Amino acid sequence: MNIVEMYTSSVPLYAVLVSLLAVPLILASSRYPNLREFWTILVGIAKFGLVLSLLPGVLEGRVAVIRLMEISPGIELALKADALGVFFAIIASGLWILTSLYSIGYMRGLNEHKQTRYFACFAVCLSATIGIAFAANLLTFVVFYEILTIAAYPLVIHKETRAAISAGRKYLLYTLTAGVLLIAATAWTYQINGNLDFKPGGIFTGISFSSGTITALFFLFLGGLGVKAAIMPIHSWLPTAMVAPTPVSALLHAVAVVKAGVFGVVRVVGFVFGPELMREFGLNTILAVFAGATIILASLLALKQDNLKRRLAYSTIAHLSYVALGAALLTPAAFAGGIMCIATHATMKITLFFCAGAIYVNLHKENVSELDGIAKAMPWTMGAFAVGAVGLAGIPPVNGFISKWYLGLGSLQAGEWIPIAILVISGLLNIGYLFPILYRAFCKPAGNLHGKGEASPAMLIPLIITALLSILFGLNPDLFFHFYRMAVQISVSVLGGGIL
Amino acid sequence: MITQNAPALIPVIYLAASILIALAGMRRKWLVYPLAVFATAIAFSVAGFNLFLVLHSGTVSYRFGGWIPPIGIEYVLDPLSAFVAMVVAAVAFAVLIHSRRSVPLELAGKEAPYYAVLMLLLCGFNGIVFTGDFFNLYVFLEIASLAGYGLVGLGEKRSPVAAFRYLIMGSLGASFYLLGLAFLYMATGSLNMADISRIIPYVSGNPVLFVAVSLMTIGLGIKMAIFPLHGWLPDAYTYAPSTSVAMIAPLGTKIAAYVIIRMLFYVFGVHYVSRDFPITTVIGWLSVIGIIYGSIMAMTQTELKRMLAYSSVAQIGYIGMGIGLASPLGLIGAVLHVLNHAFMIACLFLVAGNLRARVGHSNISDFNKSYCKKMPWTFAAFTIAALSMIGIPPTAGFFSKWYLALATIDANNWIFLAVILISSLLNAVYFFNILERVYLRPAASTVPATLSSPTAANPGPQREASLSLLVPTLTLATAILVLGLFNAVIVKKLILPMLPVVM
Amino acid sequence: MLDFFLGHYAYWFILVLLTIGLYGMIMKRNLVKKLVGMTILQSAIILFWVVISSKWNATVPIIAPDIPCAQAANYINPLPHALMLTAIVVGVATLGVALGLLIIIYRNYRTLEENVLIDRMK
Repeated sequence: MNIVEMYTSSVPLYAVLVSLLAVPLILASSRYPNLREFWTILVGIAKFGLVLSLLPGVLEGRVAVIRLMEISPGIELALKADALGVFFAIIASGLWILTSLYSIGYMRGLNEHKQTRYFACFAVCLSATIGIAFAANLLTFVVFYEILTIAAYPLVIHKETRAAISAGRKYLLYTLTAGVLLIAATAWTYQINGNLDFKPGGIFTGISFSSGTITALFFLFLGGLGVKAAIMPIHSWLPTAMVAPTPVSALLHAVAVVKAGVFGVVRVVGFVFGPELMREFGLNTILAVFAGATIILASLLALKQDNLKRRLAYSTIAHLSYVALGAALLTPAAFAGGIMCIATHATMKITLFFCAGAIYVNLHKENVSELDGIAKAMPWTMGAFAVGAVGLAGIPPVNGFISKWYLGLGSLQAGEWIPIAILVISGLLNIGYLFPILYRAFCKPAGNLHGKGEASPAMLIPLIITALLSILFGLNPDLFFHFYRMAVQISVSVLGGGIL
Repeated sequence: MITQNAPALIPVIYLAASILIALAGMRRKWLVYPLAVFATAIAFSVAGFNLFLVLHSGTVSYRFGGWIPPIGIEYVLDPLSAFVAMVVAAVAFAVLIHSRRSVPLELAGKEAPYYAVLMLLLCGFNGIVFTGDFFNLYVFLEIASLAGYGLVGLGEKRSPVAAFRYLIMGSLGASFYLLGLAFLYMATGSLNMADISRIIPYVSGNPVLFVAVSLMTIGLGIKMAIFPLHGWLPDAYTYAPSTSVAMIAPLGTKIAAYVIIRMLFYVFGVHYVSRDFPITTVIGWLSVIGIIYGSIMAMTQTELKRMLAYSSVAQIGYIGMGIGLASPLGLIGAVLHVLNHAFMIACLFLVAGNLRARVGHSNISDFNKSYCKKMPWTFAAFTIAALSMIGIPPTAGFFSKWYLALATIDANNWIFLAVILISSLLNAVYFFNILERVYLRPAASTVPATLSSPTAANPGPQREASLSLLVPTLTLATAILVLGLFNAVIVKKLILPMLPVVM
Repeated sequence: MLDFFLGHYAYWFILVLLTIGLYGMIMKRNLVKKLVGMTILQSAIILFWVVISSKWNATVPIIAPDIPCAQAANYINPLPHALMLTAIVVGVATLGVALGLLIIIYRNYRTLEENVLIDRMK
């Protein structure tokens, strides 16, 4: 076990707050779009910088902690930038910068309305996401989780069409129900334990449980987190929410909101229940079953979707459950692999969504069946799409292969062959629903392609960057941010030693 | 000298103000409103001072006429009464600022008698909070109730009928309370709260006490609008003028809840009311039904004030549930919700008042995007209050539900926990319905007027509510956020000291 | 059995009054009759308080020269009487407010029957 040294620092707090401070600035500069976008990018860079500054310390085992205020007698609103938190925060804040750049191109390309509200809500969402990442105890986590739910709503209903409003209602129905379940689970945990701080290896040490109690508690947590993590059968808000503008789908529904859900699952499995408790009552089997079923079913459903974004949504649902599956297997390689999935899937999926958005802005095409021959008009875009598709299927050298490899290794360590089968089948299904798009785009003759041709630089550059990152991280997972090292560190801290 | 008189100061201030306003109304009409605001401001500062006093020096007792209790009437300033008095003072001050525009608009020409009666209402409320004598409580209960009937009846055409129904049910309640008090006097021979609490252990087997507790609880339950005794509430809140309802809704039912808490936990003692004669169990279950009933009824309403009235029935159910759990956490949840709900519902009814001032009505079916465009600040306040009612952190409403959830888990009462969670979702339904309409529904100009949508006849607001209407609304909304973030301070410094020793 | 009734005749009478009052308040349709019921209810409760203050073989609570003050058991309890003076005043005030409301209702709707009123309010 690596020794963790904690020191007090306000950097996590600043990282959370900096985008909140941007909100009044954004609202005030609604008449000056360039100024408004400048605030967003500036704050995004600041946030990323703050989070990055925590990285060297975390790699050495030094964790920044800050206690804000008591929010309930005995429980404090506290932030702790441990390895898992910094891991998630780097991804979220880094991709926010790219998404903001992309949003500028997208929103202006479509001349979308209510851009001020869009950028302001995005800033609040990211604030909440970093808060979730750095939450030091369950109650802080719940507070930021609910704030994220509410802050993302205006983004879901952005277009204000009938479909958008009803998608928003469905989103609220699912997420608010999940919220109350999570609150109930937290209250119950507090009553049992008297303490809600996240501790690697679990917080229920020394308490004996009846199987009924612990299973009920676990289901409450699963219900609460599973909505955002899009575990079947409570996943159906996500495809419906694809009516939102593509940058929203890209960041929130492929990176922030849903990743907050699986992040929560990893926290609860590793830092609240702990591996011994999970194994003792078979809770990890329950989670594995749900995750595995979700992977297969979602991939199968993806095959049937004609709308490109819906297809990507079901793909997201499937890949999110990779993380849950990794957490459920509770072996060093699987746990690390699952955490790596958070990063790898983020870069690949955001690339795909960026491409989908560029296709929509430039060629006004939403459905796969309409995408014949568009590679001629948008070669770079489809090139990036190809990188993302290859990675999702788990083919080297894109980074998807790394996380899948470790998941497979982990299930071997656990002596289970079913997860390996699931991984292989889902890889094939990925090829099944993504490669035909590539085939259509590159090999079929073009239909009527009235449009603007290749995406504007504001959209093109971010998606090339994310595609490049996917390849670079595939070649060296520790590049820049030491994702691999952090994943191993987290896995070791939770599972207690053992090398991959 | 002030510290010795502290418990009695506030009712006296309001009583004096009422008389002065009545006099001023006859000769110098322009003095009426300044007098009212001045009195409320002084009462607010005294309430704050009282709170400091009780936290530093402990309980203060004031004897009227110097007579020693239990022969004389005493007024007691202890942490619970200081807390509730502060809530009353804060809400009263905010509503009074709001009434500057609202009263002349809805009650032109009747300002002087209106403010006089309003002062009497506040005098009654504060008397109830501070008194240490049960019969004195009845007197002030009736002062407040009669003032309330008058205030409710002064509105539009239908309000006297609503006020009459309120009067009948309220008098029924007060009469039951008085009858129960007779039985209590028979059993204990005293009317002083502290004295009775000393005597109860000796007479706890007496069946007369059961009757006393039951009758008094039923009577106060009518005032508190516990299901199924809530029938007077929807009509009274809907048809009353904005200021009346903004004053009565946050405070009236909470004061009755305060009396029930005082009576059950401080006088009779938690062992008696939860074990010997489990009236708290009955209150708990009735409240739970009330929560569900109120939430469901609120979903079907088309008028904002009526919806808020049914929502109040549900929210009062939370307080009743906290009382029903009869545990420290339950009491903390109940008292905190007294504070939180007072601020939330005051803010919401002030929003309704703003709407009335600008649009003339508050029908939900007429809400559309133009409302939010023209009145952004009012609806920002509404949004915060709505999120708090639903229970989204970090607003105040989340934390009262948090403590109540902890209390239900502590008591292993899973049904109560499920009710709290389900009702949060039901609240979300009807509040988000309004938020959707206000932020998203296209304005009337894009929808042709038909018989079923007479929106063309009701153009939306033209501009934001004026400053004196807006500032109290926004202040209360900000207070909701502040109360939420600092709830631990409130619980530790203010509420924990007030828990009765036996718990 | 008869003893029980005769010994507590006052309470039975008050119970009858309470029932009549409640019946009037709840079941009668005319608003004035509801008010009458309310008044009967209040009177019953006031009488109850007065009845509970009486004692066997005790006299009115006026200090008599030949009975020492300290023998409180010889005087009936004067406290409920004093309290009920207050309660009577409260009842009168309630009645005043109620009648005022009825006048306004009649002025607005020209009826004091509950069912007609509900129809006219729509």
